[in-house]
Amino acid sequence: MPVASAPAAASDDAFVDFENVWLAYNDELLASNTFAVEDINLKIKQGEFIAIVGPSGCGKSTFMKLTTGLKMPSKGTVHIDGQPVTGPLKISGMAFQAPSLLPWRSTLDNVLLPLEIVEPFRSQFKDRRKEFEERANNLLTSVGLGGLGSKFPWELSGGMQQRASICRALIHEPKMLLLDEPFAALDAFTREELWCILRDLWEAQRFNVILVTHDLRESVFLADTVYCMSRSPGRFVVKRDIPIPRTRDLEVTYSREFTDIVHELRGRIGAMRKAGMDLVQ
Amino acid sequence: MNKKQLERWSPALLLLAIIVIWEVIIRVFGVSEFIFPSPSRIWEQTMQHKAIILSHAWRTFWVTMAGFGIAIVVGVLLGFLIGSSRLAYAAVYPLMTAFNALPKAAFVPILVVWFGIGVGPAVLTAFLISFFPIMVNIATGLATLEPELEDVLRVLGAKRWDVLTKVGLPRSMPYFFGSLKVSITLAFVGTTVSEMTASNEGIGYLLISAGSSMQMGLAFSGLLVVGAMAMAMYELFSYIEKHTTGWAHRSTQRGG
Repeated sequence: MPVASAPAAASDDAFVDFENVWLAYNDELLASNTFAVEDINLKIKQGEFIAIVGPSGCGKSTFMKLTTGLKMPSKGTVHIDGQPVTGPLKISGMAFQAPSLLPWRSTLDNVLLPLEIVEPFRSQFKDRRKEFEERANNLLTSVGLGGLGSKFPWELSGGMQQRASICRALIHEPKMLLLDEPFAALDAFTREELWCILRDLWEAQRFNVILVTHDLRESVFLADTVYCMSRSPGRFVVKRDIPIPRTRDLEVTYSREFTDIVHELRGRIGAMRKAGMDLVQ
Repeated sequence: MNKKQLERWSPALLLLAIIVIWEVIIRVFGVSEFIFPSPSRIWEQTMQHKAIILSHAWRTFWVTMAGFGIAIVVGVLLGFLIGSSRLAYAAVYPLMTAFNALPKAAFVPILVVWFGIGVGPAVLTAFLISFFPIMVNIATGLATLEPELEDVLRVLGAKRWDVLTKVGLPRSMPYFFGSLKVSITLAFVGTTVSEMTASNEGIGYLLISAGSSMQMGLAFSGLLVVGAMAMAMYELFSYIEKHTTGWAHRSTQRGG
């Protein structure tokens, strides 16, 4: 990787920069030209909230793995914060559809887990434990879990577990938060509640968010930019800026502007699906 | 409340019922003591020979615990190895399964040649028969980690070792304690079987010598003592399991 390319990427003012990225999961698939994602070009600004929508199995999760450095691209380059990605990035936090909290740890200890692993917190963990616990408690309070830190995950409801999972993703103050359908398993009311919690956290700290979702309303409500992906091969086919001003209130989801954007995206995904069907036939 | 109490005391009540029926049948049909002794006769003989039985029982107990101790160490290490490496799993597992299928009693003559009559064969038979469940359970606990959880940690820069110690091992603890309960009873089987042919001490030896001198009451006392020891150890591990990995049981009760 030529070092000279780093400043160039930085001068573009892009925090995440994908240039012609292709990924095949193994050498066999690469040889047969079967890619999980194809020709991804993407620039995300510092502090931008993007959402990726698309049908199941379109390579959204693959995209997440590329962004976090869990997978290396077969072709093309990924720069994050001006640096080429060469391995797992400690500046990111992840949360998934399943909260995957550890049942033998209290909620507080679950939230603290990343600090036991990421440097520089790891080596300071014993000395600064009190301080870290306070930080975790503040974070839990900010998502409405104040005073529940000593409960075990299985004593919490699904929505509460998901909040704790998001706290765990944020405790080490990552620059980038990756969410893979985090609200998909929740009921509609809880989901909207958590949208607002995520919105508030993001507005307070302005980290980058990459939200993968099936839910168009969710993507339009939360994101600055919505990308649509097509299925096999996974490509970004639509980029839509969401001009709705911040701070967005839940009421906004019933406004004309909001529903128009949702409709438009829906139409474009529908057309894409149809085209995909035609291709298959 | 009453139902709960009944459930709690049901094993004791069942045991009592069996003893009573047994005693009654023996008396009514006048079965000879040399064929099938009655519970009262077994108890009489147990009391009569209690010093001898106790010394043999103690021997069987510590020999079993020694074998079981080795089984824990070896089982955990092997389980850790094959659970944390796909290659080791592929290489070791089929061989281990084949080994586990061998009757462990068949090893006793070989062990006698190597270690002579006495403690050696008994400890090793107890070990050989009881390490397999421990190994399998530790390996299963480690190998069935949720990939998402692993991603969460790997993104943070966690090394394989971190993932194993922070998540893998605690996660396999319920499996581990579950396997200890199975293994300790197997270990008693191993010791007793070995003592029957390759020892001059222990409950296994007592059983053989009582049988050959037609002291059926004493033979039954031997069985009684092994059963009691195995059950006591089972309950002990059951208790430890409940108090260290309660999270696993409660979460299944609540359906996750």
